[in-house]
Amino acid sequence: MKILVCISKVPDTTAKISFTDNNTKFNEDKVQFIINPYDEWYALVRALELKEANGGTVTVINAGLADNEQIIRKALALGADDAIRINMQPEDAYQTAAEIVAAMNGEQYDIILTGKETIDYNGGIMGGFIAEMLDLPYVSMASKLDKNGDVFVLEREIEGVKEIVEVKAPFVLSAQKGMAEARIPNMRGILASKSKPVKVVEPSGTGARTHVAAFALPAEKGGCKMIPAENAEQLIDLLKNEAKVI
Amino acid sequence: MSILVFVELQNGNLKKSAFEAAAYAADLAASRSTEAVAIALGESNGDLEQLGKVGISKVWHVADAKLNHLTSRSYTKCIMAGVEQTGADTVVLSHTSTGKTLAPRVAIRMNAGLLACVSDLPDAEGNYRKSMFSGKAWGNIGNKEGAAVITVNPNAYTYVVKEGAAAVEALAVLLGDNDFDYTVKEVINESAGMTPLPEAELVVSAGRGMKGPENWGIIEELAGELGATTACSRPVSDIGWRPHHEHVGQTGITIKPNLYIAVGISGAIQHLAGVNQSKCIVVINKDPEAPFFKAADYGIVGDAFDVVPRLTEAIKKMKAS
Ligand SMILES: Cc1cc2nc3c(=O)[nH]c(=O)nc-3n(C[C@H](O)[C@H](O)[C@H](O)COP(=O)(O)OP(=O)(O)OC[C@H]3O[C@@H](n4cnc5c(N)ncnc54)[C@H](O)[C@@H]3O)c2cc1C
Repeated sequence: MKILVCISKVPDTTAKISFTDNNTKFNEDKVQFIINPYDEWYALVRALELKEANGGTVTVINAGLADNEQIIRKALALGADDAIRINMQPEDAYQTAAEIVAAMNGEQYDIILTGKETIDYNGGIMGGFIAEMLDLPYVSMASKLDKNGDVFVLEREIEGVKEIVEVKAPFVLSAQKGMAEARIPNMRGILASKSKPVKVVEPSGTGARTHVAAFALPAEKGGCKMIPAENAEQLIDLLKNEAKVI
Repeated sequence: MSILVFVELQNGNLKKSAFEAAAYAADLAASRSTEAVAIALGESNGDLEQLGKVGISKVWHVADAKLNHLTSRSYTKCIMAGVEQTGADTVVLSHTSTGKTLAPRVAIRMNAGLLACVSDLPDAEGNYRKSMFSGKAWGNIGNKEGAAVITVNPNAYTYVVKEGAAAVEALAVLLGDNDFDYTVKEVINESAGMTPLPEAELVVSAGRGMKGPENWGIIEELAGELGATTACSRPVSDIGWRPHHEHVGQTGITIKPNLYIAVGISGAIQHLAGVNQSKCIVVINKDPEAPFFKAADYGIVGDAFDVVPRLTEAIKKMKAS
């Protein structure tokens, strides 16, 4: 089984978000970067488990400049066999998907996994773009993935409903919580990762279709109104008549 | 050129998010002196004409039972049939799991820019405001293409309800086996009568401060009395006190209810990432230093086991009077 996992580099979950250049650039100063949690914890780990159970290879692919090597090495340390880095600074999801498809260079994968969204752009659209570009089935929001003979059985957790679906490879999926448990790379994995191949390919030059004109930080909260515990009942009146939410 | 809005059905009824997307499309169309037309897929219980109340004059309906469940290819084919019928250069969907699944396919087929997860109509420069960095920032996104596909964030767009009924017209789309991505084997309803979390306007959420799963009765009673949906913090679902689908936050579900009541939750940054766009946040915590108070609109420093039942009683009294 050949598996491809798309990984994105995102600011750590606790990172303070700020912008420079007149609010047009994300301020990377002092920001720690990580593999997007949905890509790592769910997509990559489940891909590795499938490989361990059924044989095959897991390739990770990332669009980014040379400093993305750090998160790519982590994916290799977790157990991916090899990696492809597309040497570019991606501008939108459409462009990134187009470059991922171009970098695949006609290679066939049984399963292509993405996370359900990235925690910086929160789009949730990468998997759909790749599926459309490759004309493949797309199982979004998958919380479970199992191989059953020559079909794959997946669960999709969507608004209040769980769906169980059956699909044949090749297909694209977006992964969310439930797929797998996070792993920590061990010493052997870290050592092995240093000699695993990372293929660097130049982008094909597909343009982005959207652009960020400016960023903004949300307005500060007006401050918290404290209600003494002994008058807790007052809260209900405030919610009804002041906040008008009930 | 006109605007096409894809409206989602659940069990044959329009979802709340469908009205929001439809209103968004109608308002966008009005600002461009054009009209918005809707398309609905799968069997309907007959409420499609209600879309007239948010400014939709016509609904194309592909009533094929094979469309009662999403697959991205079959739905995309139908939406593109709607695009052809109407000549639309803009397609609006909800930023729900279904909308996110379809929007990229539709955008590619239309050579359109995809504006995902937007909250408002485009500004004077034509840019769309979108929540980013898990609610920690906004982005103003511009489209480089002529055509646009827009997904509208649920519970973000406010609209007025007017009089009116939309005309419903049947649309036939021929679907073969290859138009379905996969077979849906089983559908399990998990929300047990409650509004599903991503759509809920009122949410009561609790964390590790509840000490154990046996203590959730008071949370469920408060939620029941309010008509709210229950949620929880990550550790609570990780240790199995609550089902996984209740987990909100960075790695769980992102929600934007009108009211979020957090009981015994400390307010870690990863938790806030999933709830910080709620319109009103109430925090009940026995620790006055709990970080959640900084993100709250109303706070009560107190013991959940004392405060929560009293709130439930106060709501009962309010309803009775
Ligand atoms: C990468 C990453 C992703 C994460 N994603 C998420 C996520 O998606 N969602 C999430 O929730 N967390 C997430 N976390 C975990 C997060 O950092 C916190 O650990 C978690 O939110 C804490 O849960 P809690 O508030 O229930 O528990 P605690 O932090 O233990 O807080 C319990 C609170 O209850 C209060 N309390 C105790 N007894 C009472 C009482 N009797 N009455 C009233 N209050 C009481 C305490 O004062 C305390 O504030 C993530 C962490 C990481 C590293």
